[in-house]
Amino acid sequence: MQERRPQFSSLSGLNIERLYTAEHLKGWAPETDLGAPGEFPYTRGLYPTMYRGRFWTMRQFAGFGSADDTNRRFTYLLQHGQTGLSVAFDMPTLMGLDSDDPRARGEVGYCGVAISSLADMERLFDGIALDQITTSMTINGPAAVLFAMYLAVAERRGIPFAHLGGTLQNDILKEYIAQKEWLFPPEPHIRLIVDVISYCATQVPKWHPISISGYHIREAGSTAVQELAFTLYDGLTYVEAAVKAGLAVDDFAPQLSLFFNVHNDFFEEIAKFRAARRLWAREMRRRYHPNNPQSLLLRCHAQTAGSSLTAQQPMNNVVRTTLQALAAVLGGTQSLHTNSMDETLALPSEEAVKLALRTQQVMAHESEIPDTVDPLGGSYYVEALTNRLEEGARDYFRRLDEMGGMVTAIERGFPQREILDASQRYQREVEKKERIIVGINEYTEPDSSPIPILKIGPNVEQEQIARLSDLRKSRDPFKMAGALEELQEAASCSDNLMPSLIEAVKAKATLGEICAALKEVFGTYREPVVL
Amino acid sequence: MTVATKPIRVLIGKVGLDGHDRGVKLVARALRDAGMEVIYTGLHQTPEQVAATAVQEDVQAVGLSLLSGAHKHLFRRVLELLKDQGAEDIVVFGGGIIPDEDQAELKAVGVKALFTPGTAMSEIVGFVRGLRS
Repeated sequence: MQERRPQFSSLSGLNIERLYTAEHLKGWAPETDLGAPGEFPYTRGLYPTMYRGRFWTMRQFAGFGSADDTNRRFTYLLQHGQTGLSVAFDMPTLMGLDSDDPRARGEVGYCGVAISSLADMERLFDGIALDQITTSMTINGPAAVLFAMYLAVAERRGIPFAHLGGTLQNDILKEYIAQKEWLFPPEPHIRLIVDVISYCATQVPKWHPISISGYHIREAGSTAVQELAFTLYDGLTYVEAAVKAGLAVDDFAPQLSLFFNVHNDFFEEIAKFRAARRLWAREMRRRYHPNNPQSLLLRCHAQTAGSSLTAQQPMNNVVRTTLQALAAVLGGTQSLHTNSMDETLALPSEEAVKLALRTQQVMAHESEIPDTVDPLGGSYYVEALTNRLEEGARDYFRRLDEMGGMVTAIERGFPQREILDASQRYQREVEKKERIIVGINEYTEPDSSPIPILKIGPNVEQEQIARLSDLRKSRDPFKMAGALEELQEAASCSDNLMPSLIEAVKAKATLGEICAALKEVFGTYREPVVL
Repeated sequence: MTVATKPIRVLIGKVGLDGHDRGVKLVARALRDAGMEVIYTGLHQTPEQVAATAVQEDVQAVGLSLLSGAHKHLFRRVLELLKDQGAEDIVVFGGGIIPDEDQAELKAVGVKALFTPGTAMSEIVGFVRGLRS
């Protein structure tokens, strides 16, 4: 019988054969390539019991409007059984600008919560026990400043830093590559990241000081192989920088975490998670010889693919998200965000985000999928794909090594161009109907019925501006200026910046003021435009 | 006698703080591949920069991409600035995450067309080409 297509290829363009057999696993040895769960090379999972011990953390990314608006959403999510918090900041905050900056006009509170000061951060976590939940903060350029605010909130409440658990995204390389929200040039940015890593190693031991992220790389249009390669290579770049700064690998590597996208190609995605753990463990062992096995573990968070969702027939997105979430769980993720069906239209409404959370709960409690570890381990197809993904990533590693590392590669526009080309290939495949997207190029409907969406009012911006004006009037200007001067001094030498950042936020310096002071020392970044 | 047609000049850009540039780059490439002269602004442009570049480069159209939710303010501001400079003949269009209700509002103030996720590149190319007539 003739097949549906002349050739089958994965979403990332890997050739897919009709049947996989032992022939495809020649040279593959279960003892060295698979191992047991919780043992090197961790292909089958990081822990011996995986979800039999406990489920993945259900962590929905949330943030919009003012600190009070988002605080209410957090409370709502926790009441409905969410097990960790994840903060989305608005564009001005991501760029290190205060809500009253002229460049922030029209953007305050729109795609995340507006946080300009320690007072905003206190209101964001009002009534939430910081020592009993874990908090993830998606912030990169000004990550250290927001983290200083979080620590200062804990200090005021008398919570020891050692009791704080959570994650700071703090990954600037993927910003240059894909997400494009930066403040400084690569060198000082990486130094700031190493400062946070080093500070957490001694002061905040349960915190993940960085979440090395492939999510945005994938959303920008990369293939699964590129996502895997660039993310892990970014991670190794940070490890190298920390080791060069004098840290011992076992003092910080157990606190590292990663963050992946989980896209439409079900088996390729499962293989990606398995390949990621194996490749990371192998490279960490080969390059840094850690004594603590915890230093080899690739702990990760996953989020379903926002770019796979469609504005047309938005209810279909629930189904897409469910399949993607299933791949993340079969891939062995530690934590998961499921997208809401309305995210191609606006920030998610309460009802939509609840349904997304319920999707995870149904999978966890009703499907019995989590009852055995790595159920697909040993499948000819999944193991062959896992090998292919690891090989594909290693090819990129070699090219990046030859270029002299990731920073040089970024300056030359290499990862940016690879991603753009992949995204254009995909777009062409969709337009030529080589790939079918339900509701887009097949099974279309004239107009789908609208679904209710969340709206952000202009009052958020006005209120933030008023709050900042009050703050600037009420603080001690000499204390504030002194704290900023000390910060600049620390930035000019090699002192760890965290203590002076904490002092600066406590002296009521705003996010924008602190970032402006640092830019005076560090300079700014202009991207090489790749088209 | 035939008159050689000059290619359409179009400015494609990101306005505001939003860094999502996957869509805008695909649009810029598609227009370029269709034979148009594309001026791509790069990221993090202010409305003032966009309007100034549009006038200076003498473009027929300005296409702006926004996925940050700040579309209402930023599109309006660009339209205002173009008008202030006597350049209201420059067509403004755009794309991104823009709810239906906001689309109607923006079209009422002069945004010629808005393309949301899932739009075929050929549709956008066709729209820009149609501006000549």
